Amino acid sequence: MPTIDLEVTSLREFNQMLHDLGEGTNDTHFRVVNPRGRHAIAAGVDADVTIEIDGNAGYYCAGMNKRANIIINGSAGVGVAENMMSGRVHVKGDASASAGATGCGGLLLIDGNASTRCGISARGIDIVVKGSVGHMSAFMAQAGSLVVLGDAGDALGDSLYEARLFVRGKVNSLGSDCIEKPLRQEHKEKLGKLLDDAGLAGEVDPSEFRRYGSARQLYHFHMDNLGAY
Amino acid sequence: MCGIVGLFLKNKALEPELGTMLSDMLATMCDRGPDSAGFAVYGSGDSAHVKLTLRATAPGYDFAGLATRLSEEVGAPVTVEVRDSHGVFIVPEASEQAARRFIEDLDDDVTIVGSGTRMEIYKEVGRPDAVAKRFHLEKMSGSHGIAHTRMATESAVTTNGAHPFSTGRDQCLVHNGSLSNHNALRRQLKRHGLSFETDNDTEVAAGYLTWRISQGDSLGDALKHSLDDLDGFYTFVVGTEDGFGVLRDPIACKPAVMAETDDYVAFGSEYRALASLPGIEKAKVWEPTPATVYFWERH
Repeated sequence: MPTIDLEVTSLREFNQMLHDLGEGTNDTHFRVVNPRGRHAIAAGVDADVTIEIDGNAGYYCAGMNKRANIIINGSAGVGVAENMMSGRVHVKGDASASAGATGCGGLLLIDGNASTRCGISARGIDIVVKGSVGHMSAFMAQAGSLVVLGDAGDALGDSLYEARLFVRGKVNSLGSDCIEKPLRQEHKEKLGKLLDDAGLAGEVDPSEFRRYGSARQLYHFHMDNLGAY
Repeated sequence: MCGIVGLFLKNKALEPELGTMLSDMLATMCDRGPDSAGFAVYGSGDSAHVKLTLRATAPGYDFAGLATRLSEEVGAPVTVEVRDSHGVFIVPEASEQAARRFIEDLDDDVTIVGSGTRMEIYKEVGRPDAVAKRFHLEKMSGSHGIAHTRMATESAVTTNGAHPFSTGRDQCLVHNGSLSNHNALRRQLKRHGLSFETDNDTEVAAGYLTWRISQGDSLGDALKHSLDDLDGFYTFVVGTEDGFGVLRDPIACKPAVMAETDDYVAFGSEYRALASLPGIEKAKVWEPTPATVYFWERH
């Protein structure tokens, strides 16, 4: 298992090393030490590898991730796993603003809290936050899921499209066009699957959550609003 | 963009290291604000004297000569410590107003950038690490300090536009962000009798806090009021004689991260700024909540 010390190997060199990994590479597990809040660690990986980062990461860690399993043994800065395509990113600490922003797929698991705008403009990513999320989370989220075991800040799901939001704790306020919807059996099953994927099988009961979604009043054209155009 | 760092020492044994720690933190924030930098350090001082930090525009200004003239004017001993373009004058408390009048009436190109029992303010145009070296920040000791690296957006790159801005005795402000209503607010504050040196938005925020405090607000209340009256993006860090305060606007686009151990409380625009601090691996690290006033102070 290669260990990369970012005080010795430059970040650019390390990221290039990851980008150059061919199919069937023998190096399938990387350990990164001394991240020291550097930006864009392990961004743009497209390989079936595991990357463990020992310490706190800076902005855009694991951005654009495809297939890789990236574990941050610490906290992550702004935009962790932003625009993720597939794979799995696990933040053992807290995540800063815009975690999983614009993500298209894969699973982002955050053990601590996520700051403001978690899952902003998500397009298919599944995000599970064991703590709480800040204000404007899931803003304009189009597809995918946001599961919050703690509380959500103000304006959750503002201008939401079709992403599914599940919150176990208190929601400070809902954003425009975001409403609570009934949590039916099919949603409990979907949520249960997400919790299983997050390694929470049997620990958390899906029926403790409330489901939020789009009222679909904002993004369809309404004849009544004709005068506004 | 802009970068802010702040360090408040709980462990007095670390006080001789303050300058070294703060300059390392400042250097990591160079790429957030490469055009100018400044810092405030809270060092030694006693209640019988006031420190006036003066900045001279002309290189090689005769600060020692000014100290002699000032001493004659106020009829009391005045000492000065010169650091590059800045001189810190130690004036007997009772002579502060006379000294200020004398300096303000001078034809020399010198400005009072800050005053207080313990606060010294230094700022210049240039890369932040180079600015810190010019003033030998790494050799300064103190209980706490705040520093700023500027990427100018709202006004010109000048020394006057560099942060920190003094908001009162032993008090100063640094800002990451941009205010949208600073022109209107400047006009209002001028009507209240305040004067401004620059077109800078942060100078208006500093003036606003000064004005609120003059109206009887505590610093904490003045910061709370700024949530209603200041429009725009901001993370503020305010240095006070006893510590520092932090306020982020309700939207909180501008980053902020804090770390606390038994030895210190530290603030950084990014975690990178904190990565060099001793024991950071085991520190409690968190993001300050938006629209919430925080203070860390000596007791």
